[in-house]
Amino acid sequence: MRWGWFLLATAILVLLPLVTDTLTPTILLIWALFALSLGMMWGYAGLLSFGHAAYFGLGAYTYAIAVVNIGESTVPLLLAMLVPTIFAAVVGAMMFYGRISDVYMGVITLVVTLILFKFMSATAGDAYVIGKARLGGFNGIPGFQTLNVPGYPEISLFGVPTYYVCVASLLICYLICRWILARSFGRVLVGIRENEARCELMGYNVPALKTAIFTVCAAMAGLAGCLFANWAEIVTPRVFSLGQAAEVLIWVIVGGLGTLVGPILGAMALGYVKLLLGEQTVIDNSLILGALLIIVVLGIPRGVVPSLQRLWSAGSRRARRRPGDSGSRRTLGASVRERP
Amino acid sequence: MDYAGVVCLEILYMIAFLALTSAGLAIVFGMMRVINLAHGEFVMLGGYTTIACYNNGINIYFAMLVVAPVVVGLVGLIVERTIIRFLYGRMIDTMLATWGLSLLLIGLVTLIFGNTAVSVPAPVSGYQLGEYQMGGYNLFIILITVALTLVMWAVLRFTRAGLIARGAMQGPDVVSSLGYDPRKIYMYTFTAGAALSGLAGGVLAPLTGLLPSSGGAYIAKAFITVITGGAAVVSGTLSSAVVFGTVNQLVSFAAHPVIGELAMLALAIILLRLMPKGITGRFFRDGT
Repeated sequence: MRWGWFLLATAILVLLPLVTDTLTPTILLIWALFALSLGMMWGYAGLLSFGHAAYFGLGAYTYAIAVVNIGESTVPLLLAMLVPTIFAAVVGAMMFYGRISDVYMGVITLVVTLILFKFMSATAGDAYVIGKARLGGFNGIPGFQTLNVPGYPEISLFGVPTYYVCVASLLICYLICRWILARSFGRVLVGIRENEARCELMGYNVPALKTAIFTVCAAMAGLAGCLFANWAEIVTPRVFSLGQAAEVLIWVIVGGLGTLVGPILGAMALGYVKLLLGEQTVIDNSLILGALLIIVVLGIPRGVVPSLQRLWSAGSRRARRRPGDSGSRRTLGASVRERP
Repeated sequence: MDYAGVVCLEILYMIAFLALTSAGLAIVFGMMRVINLAHGEFVMLGGYTTIACYNNGINIYFAMLVVAPVVVGLVGLIVERTIIRFLYGRMIDTMLATWGLSLLLIGLVTLIFGNTAVSVPAPVSGYQLGEYQMGGYNLFIILITVALTLVMWAVLRFTRAGLIARGAMQGPDVVSSLGYDPRKIYMYTFTAGAALSGLAGGVLAPLTGLLPSSGGAYIAKAFITVITGGAAVVSGTLSSAVVFGTVNQLVSFAAHPVIGELAMLALAIILLRLMPKGITGRFFRDGT
């Protein structure tokens, strides 16, 4: 049954270019991938990164800088995943081996993003050049080569082919997440989310596992950033901005923690709303986003998809409890006690 | 010699700036363990209140020192009653809800005041320090911060309300078993924190032009100052403000203002790594 949904979604995504143009669906897929990477980490391992945009932005910048220097997109694409991976490994190891969690982890991840934002915004001028790429400060790096067929730099992709690259990236990352969760690694991650001390007592190396999932999710965010750079054809420090960091959190929490579909649908739905509203309208964009976030946190703290799942299973009277995670979702938000 | 004076004053100003903008956040975090991510927007609201009052002919000192804290305090009260009170004990949810609130406030202010920068002239004129021209208003901010810190310390230390407040910081269960309603204490705390943020916004309004998104400039610095300081309000905020303010300005003078900010942020990461409970978690333990 679950594979049925997956195949149906795949079919819809593959056939979509027949009925509509691909510019909007492409960016929605990229945002969905970005949200998936955070949803995996936050919903299953219980690691809330306030600065997940750092890895998204690093992916975008790495791709832009590398492709300007190399001129062919295969290596830059890989680098766009590798650089956030290494960066996340360093940051993650520093945090998790230092026993930093909860709000302190939020601060550190946010500060890392802010550092990147401030640094990239200040790189205007001739001094800031990596190879042939000028960093360009607040104006960013425009006009680099988009993705091309591996080995053939002259055949670059845009429009429908880029859309299919994004579809493939999202589906592959979704399958990787499912695969991780089906393995003991995924089970232990859920265990760490529920009771870290107990997992440690059972002999698991909690800091190493946390660093590992942090790194994997950073790589996915980097890939999303790389695709975003391709879609926008410009990279600016805005990819590191507080707004970008906030938006992905909102997508994930509205869609639902503890599911993989939730963040994807949340990102697509809210991303579409954002595109409809545009930047300049009568009712300000952030007003609606903010109200939505408050309403969701107060009203449906588990997010839309998990709440619907519960309604569904309660309504059909088939109390098919999925082993493992279904009973534990409700404790997610409440797992931080008021006083230590 | 004059140059050394300039550097010292700039460091003092930066420390005052950090302490002033963090005070409201520190009170809310220290007592309620709520990270108010709408704090920057409270500061921004204080600034807008001051400017609106000034444009309507109200004395600027009265506007920034009285009207701004009262108005923002009321906003804080409304926010606590409608949002925060449902979320006590759920720290991550509070952070998300207040983040939503910050976006909401940005949107509302944009709707009302528009997306253009507004400003108000500084009411204190500059002065000459040796061969350097200094902004006199910076001195005013330093004085306000010193006064504010002393008042906060005295209230927490010597008044009955301060005693209850400190009790609520250290053990809410004990305070409630003594007959004080912790929810009421939290309500007053949040209101007081918001009012302090409004005061900071009002006082800082003449320095920088205001935009609806100005809150973002305060929240990150206030956030790291408070978390690095730890749970104790006065000593924590002051100690981390001193550390960050000094590092920021010294590096700014030595290299570049942007490098100064980067150094401050990097230092925050290092300090948190070394002292996960904040500076006061390690060195001061008296709870103020």
